[in-house]
Amino acid sequence: MSSPILKLIAQRIALGILLLLAISVLIFAGTQILPGDVAQAILGQSATPESLANLREQLGLNDPAYVRYFHWLGGVLTGDLGTAMSSGQDIATSIKGRLWNTLFLAFWAAIVAIPLAITLGLIAVRFRNGWVDKLISGLALASTSFPEFFIGYLLVFYFAVQHQWFPAISTVYDGMPFGERMQAIALPATALTLVVLAHMMRMTRAAILNVMQSAYVETAELKGLSAFAVIRKHAFPNAIAPIINVVMLNLAYLIVGVVVVEVIFVYPGMGQYLVDHVTKRDVPVVQAVGLIFAAVYISLNIIADIAAIVANPRLRHPK
Amino acid sequence: MADSNAKPGQPKPGVLLDIRNLRIEATVYPPGEAPKNIVLVHDVSLTLEKGKVLGLIGESGAGKSTIGLSSMGYGRGGVRITGGEVILNGRDILKGGKEGFRKLRGREVCYVAQSAAAAFNPAHRLMDQVVEATLLHGTATRAEAEKRAVALFRKLSLPNPETIGERFPHQVSGGQLQRVMTAMALCSEPDLIVFDEPTTALDVTTQIDVLAAIKDAIRDTHVAALYITHDLAVVAQVSDEIMVLRHGRLVEWGGTRQIIKEPRQEYTNALVSVHEIEHQEQNPGATPFLSVKNVTAAYGGGHVKVLKNVSVDIYPGQTLAVVGESGSGKSTLARAITGLLPPEQGTVTFDGRPLANRLAGRPKEDLRQLQMIYQMADVAMNPRQTVGTIIGRPLEFYFGMRGRERDKRVAELLDEIEMGKGFVDRYPAELSGGQKQRVCIARSLAAKPKLIICDEVTSALDPLVANGILKLLLDLQQHEKVAYLFITHDLATVKSIADSIAVMYRGEVVRYGSKSKVLTPPFDAYTDLLLSSVPEMEIGWLEKAIKGRRMASAGN
Repeated sequence: MSSPILKLIAQRIALGILLLLAISVLIFAGTQILPGDVAQAILGQSATPESLANLREQLGLNDPAYVRYFHWLGGVLTGDLGTAMSSGQDIATSIKGRLWNTLFLAFWAAIVAIPLAITLGLIAVRFRNGWVDKLISGLALASTSFPEFFIGYLLVFYFAVQHQWFPAISTVYDGMPFGERMQAIALPATALTLVVLAHMMRMTRAAILNVMQSAYVETAELKGLSAFAVIRKHAFPNAIAPIINVVMLNLAYLIVGVVVVEVIFVYPGMGQYLVDHVTKRDVPVVQAVGLIFAAVYISLNIIADIAAIVANPRLRHPK
Repeated sequence: MADSNAKPGQPKPGVLLDIRNLRIEATVYPPGEAPKNIVLVHDVSLTLEKGKVLGLIGESGAGKSTIGLSSMGYGRGGVRITGGEVILNGRDILKGGKEGFRKLRGREVCYVAQSAAAAFNPAHRLMDQVVEATLLHGTATRAEAEKRAVALFRKLSLPNPETIGERFPHQVSGGQLQRVMTAMALCSEPDLIVFDEPTTALDVTTQIDVLAAIKDAIRDTHVAALYITHDLAVVAQVSDEIMVLRHGRLVEWGGTRQIIKEPRQEYTNALVSVHEIEHQEQNPGATPFLSVKNVTAAYGGGHVKVLKNVSVDIYPGQTLAVVGESGSGKSTLARAITGLLPPEQGTVTFDGRPLANRLAGRPKEDLRQLQMIYQMADVAMNPRQTVGTIIGRPLEFYFGMRGRERDKRVAELLDEIEMGKGFVDRYPAELSGGQKQRVCIARSLAAKPKLIICDEVTSALDPLVANGILKLLLDLQQHEKVAYLFITHDLATVKSIADSIAVMYRGEVVRYGSKSKVLTPPFDAYTDLLLSSVPEMEIGWLEKAIKGRRMASAGN
């Protein structure tokens, strides 16, 4: 590893941390602007002015906003996300299991979706402008154009109600055997795969087609390589940076954008947790979940940037 | 010689490639019209014996690359072989289908492209690419192939032959890459190599080394070759026979000596005698109108010095030619004069007063006096504007001309560049390369400047077309009394147009003076290298030139 690469990577990570701090300010400010008062919300309409004042004092609500922000930030950095108002539970503890569930679902959806999308993209390029290409593009676009709740209910109707192969409600619990857990997430994972597939497939196809015009692709053809070997060995490695970018965007979507799918399948993940607490106006939970989503999004994009840097032979092997 | 014994229908012993009545077509999609079929190659026949080199020569659109690639069954874009036979090693490869083409490509026939820098895959190490075809066709194990590659690197006098294969394409210079590509073609020990303009993209001083390496490699490995180029002087050094093509038809085919010494066709004669413009040098006047004094300029905030203490003068109505290799700072000098790159030190004086360093600091009148013409005429014009709009724009901008007055002036300018009124409503895409460059010339003339900076304006053109442009520029100079700063890497062009010459090398002017003074010995080492590297249309020139050199070229 050479120093220009390390410098670029360090820059990206530093920028990411800065961005995350900026977002934490935004999230905090946003929740401050919301009407209402936390103490009032906890104690309800019938609270006496004394008890309200006491609780405000206890929660530190009388401090200026920036003191409370740093207090909150300090807590976040030490792993203390505060307590949920609605249930009085420690947020970090209740999020841990749910974050794990969301990551589990996203992981399996990604394991299926990413290789499938890239392979379909490669096949589409191999048979470009022919019927195979049009079929792949058409189906992928159709699956993306359907809203995810529609796909979700379609899957439930067909595979859970009519055939009863998979459960309609994806309940998972601690200590659940792996096989059962996989069966439980089969339908939501499928729904997610169908949603993100087309975007990655189309970008793979476009990125490779862009490279197919290059002189080195002609060189490869003139060596006698088969059409698919030309695409795989000579076009794909040069199209990797834009592909990684779109893959990471979709990975981020799988983690932070699954709200609707989790609600449909009643899956105990982050999205459902967020929706539950938004309806209860539980500000500390919304803050915590917002910050975690932002962190996931930013880190995946940093990974995409770093991967694109490392994939560039000019940066990896300077003159 | 060869044309006398090339009788169709009789396989001859020793013949490697026998192309008979080849016909190649393509479908074109002209804007606003229905797609139509055009014939690129009209019934061309040729034979090539084992171990011989046939040069294919002609201007762009002559079909030389298309014919070369047909020996591998390959058509670029939508090009189709629609007639004739391509008999390689005794069989018609056109009957073999896709599978047959794949088996012969990279094994029997290999290809060396014009720009090795673009033809190597940036993502893979050189060695992996060099041995790829050999391994694919299973003619050697990896270890054997790599050993062969290293031997070829050594034969092609590449530096560090043992380790250069570990490098990536961007870590190797253009001239070296071209030799690695030749090694790649030779590695699978093919019977035939198609060289497609292998030295055209290189500087003259690098070209001579690569040319010598290719020639030695061909001689030692006894491979046959089709050598495609537009430069007769280059092809005369490596070929046994030369075939002249034009518009996809055979013009003349004969031995190298006959083609360059006793051409039988008028067109061949025109190609052979191109560049012979007699230009009487003018004496410098009393005072230059533009003086560049001790200019130093750099890119990257002063980190990369590209101009070092450069001083030149330009006299009214005369031509200063700036010559040098790529990276010598020629175009940067133009950028410094026009204010696009403000110099760090030094001044540019115009009519006795200093010009503002920055473009933004110059009044409109100063901008009008200095105009530019570029190498790539097609990207220097807005593709959505007509010729009339393009030429009329400076008339409106500088002189406020409108309506009929402007149209009249546009018509006059079109007349001056020897293009008729019919071109006013054409779009750049409907013009040929030479016509596009003429429109750019008219556009710069419209401003009535004192100086036109011509940056490699003929480099992208075919020799005969380029010649026409040079003649036009000389005529215009006579009528309009305009001065030129003529940037080029081509010494033949310099001889035909310059009054004075500045030779640049690594950002410095190494030799400067009137044309006759600069081109008369004794030379400094670099000017000597530059002058002796220009290919001459003479058999045996290459060996003589390599022997007589005093300095190795920078590209190595």
